Amino acid sequence: MNQALKKPHALATVEPLLQVRDLSLLYGLERGCQDISFDLYPGEVLGIVGESGSGKSTLLSLLSGRLPPQRGSIGYRDKQGEWLDLYSASEAERRTLLRTEWGFVEQNPRDGLRMGVSAGANIGERLMAQGIRNYQQLRGAGLDWLSQVEIDPLRIDDLPRTFSGGMQQRLQIARNLVSSPRLVFMDEPTGGLDVSVQARLLDLLRGLVRELDLAVVIVTHDLAVARLLADRLMVMRRSRVVETGLTDQILDDPQHPYSQLLVSSVLQP
Amino acid sequence: MNDLSNSIKGGAPSRDAAYNFAYLDEQTKRMIRRALLKAVAIPGYQVPFGGREMPLPYGWGTGGMQLTAAILGADDVLKVIDQGADDTTNAVSIRRFFARTAGVATTESTPDATLIQTRHRIPETPLHADQIMVYQVPIPEPLRFIEPSETETRTLHALNDYGVMHVKLYEDIATFGHIATAYAYPVMVDERYVMDPSPIPKFDNPKLDMSPALMLFGAGREKRLYAVPPFTRVTSLDFEDHPFEVQKWEECCAICGSHESFLDELIIDDAGTQSFVCSDTYYCAQRVSQQEQDQ
Repeated sequence: MNQALKKPHALATVEPLLQVRDLSLLYGLERGCQDISFDLYPGEVLGIVGESGSGKSTLLSLLSGRLPPQRGSIGYRDKQGEWLDLYSASEAERRTLLRTEWGFVEQNPRDGLRMGVSAGANIGERLMAQGIRNYQQLRGAGLDWLSQVEIDPLRIDDLPRTFSGGMQQRLQIARNLVSSPRLVFMDEPTGGLDVSVQARLLDLLRGLVRELDLAVVIVTHDLAVARLLADRLMVMRRSRVVETGLTDQILDDPQHPYSQLLVSSVLQP
Repeated sequence: MNDLSNSIKGGAPSRDAAYNFAYLDEQTKRMIRRALLKAVAIPGYQVPFGGREMPLPYGWGTGGMQLTAAILGADDVLKVIDQGADDTTNAVSIRRFFARTAGVATTESTPDATLIQTRHRIPETPLHADQIMVYQVPIPEPLRFIEPSETETRTLHALNDYGVMHVKLYEDIATFGHIATAYAYPVMVDERYVMDPSPIPKFDNPKLDMSPALMLFGAGREKRLYAVPPFTRVTSLDFEDHPFEVQKWEECCAICGSHESFLDELIIDDAGTQSFVCSDTYYCAQRVSQQEQDQ
């Protein structure tokens, strides 16, 4: 693997949060993803970029415990500092992880939200799953998180379907962050949004990531999103990682021909 | 025995020999009994069973009837109630069905019955240890309203992952200021399985807890059955700051004067005049005859 994979300023004393080794899942020749290895450190934002069909989303599903790989392993270091092998853990452990220490922001907020219940219930669901049985506390968390993601707290009892696309996406983010996760996966979080809404959402995300010291794995085909959010990039093509490195390094001085193509194809306004 | 029940009981009616005992064939009854044993062994767990066509439509109590048919013995005394009443269409026709196909004795008296098939109510008169309650259940899955996928709800049950159940109660409080679910109020059985107690009013939920009688639940359309064995802990879900409460009425029953029973509201004229009466007709009649005797 590339030398740049080792985070240059990651001190020997800081242990990674996520350790991925030789991860593979192939649907066909060069369809899916193969031989993926990397470490993710606490508070680090890793961007995965690449063309459609390059295996970005498959990789994200593998990482987030939704799809068992054919080969390879994923180790996660939990809050107690214990290493957990994701796919040899029980389904109950994986689910607990997904709703406590992890978050998953879907591209389409309708997949990540419960559209039939109010915004407050959406935010409170993770807390209820963790056993919080105090209505006032759930209410408080709902109001607090709505204002953190810049939604008017008065709308706490409104259904998500009455929200605009950008608000729904922000609500989805609040719903994931309420359990103070350490690691969040995002699948094109700014996908279906118009440019100005995208900018606001990115601004918000950047603030939250810094403030909460989140580790994030973000899949995107938008290099502007990657530049704004990611510390480190992995460029994927035809199921393999072709280049990894610091975001600026890759975007300003791409080495692999495909990375060069990707960077040069960004429209300059 | 009061005369109300005598008129219907009428000794042991003769059985129609054209049908097998209690309508279902022996293999089917055996299959249902096997599923029932499993249900009793895992309180609150929904056991699938091979539901059969019954000679009445789904939603009229086909699930409860199959369970009743499977456990009915020739010596049993059957009581059937619908919304607490012994004399409504559903109750009368199911009672007549088993009187004809099984030739069992029927009654309206709660203490005299050994088997009580019910829709929507648990009798006010306390049950005793050698009684079995059979409930008719429309939707056995308590998580269905929040989670439409059957595989997902099964996983949630298996992993004891019941956070979503409180989402519904949260919605109630957010919308109405209190938990507005008034019937089919979800319960936790033996601290393990969340169960839909069938559409009984939440007024009856406390009667499920540590009941000496065996409780069986059958859903005909969904082909699921489940059980609460005698003396099982059954707690209604709630929030710390919004605890579970049963309905209360300021009025008392217009017929028997009861303050303790579940009351039905009747509108008795075009001006909207209300009257409240016991929904449990046997309990009400019992109290009236008691009062007459005391005088």
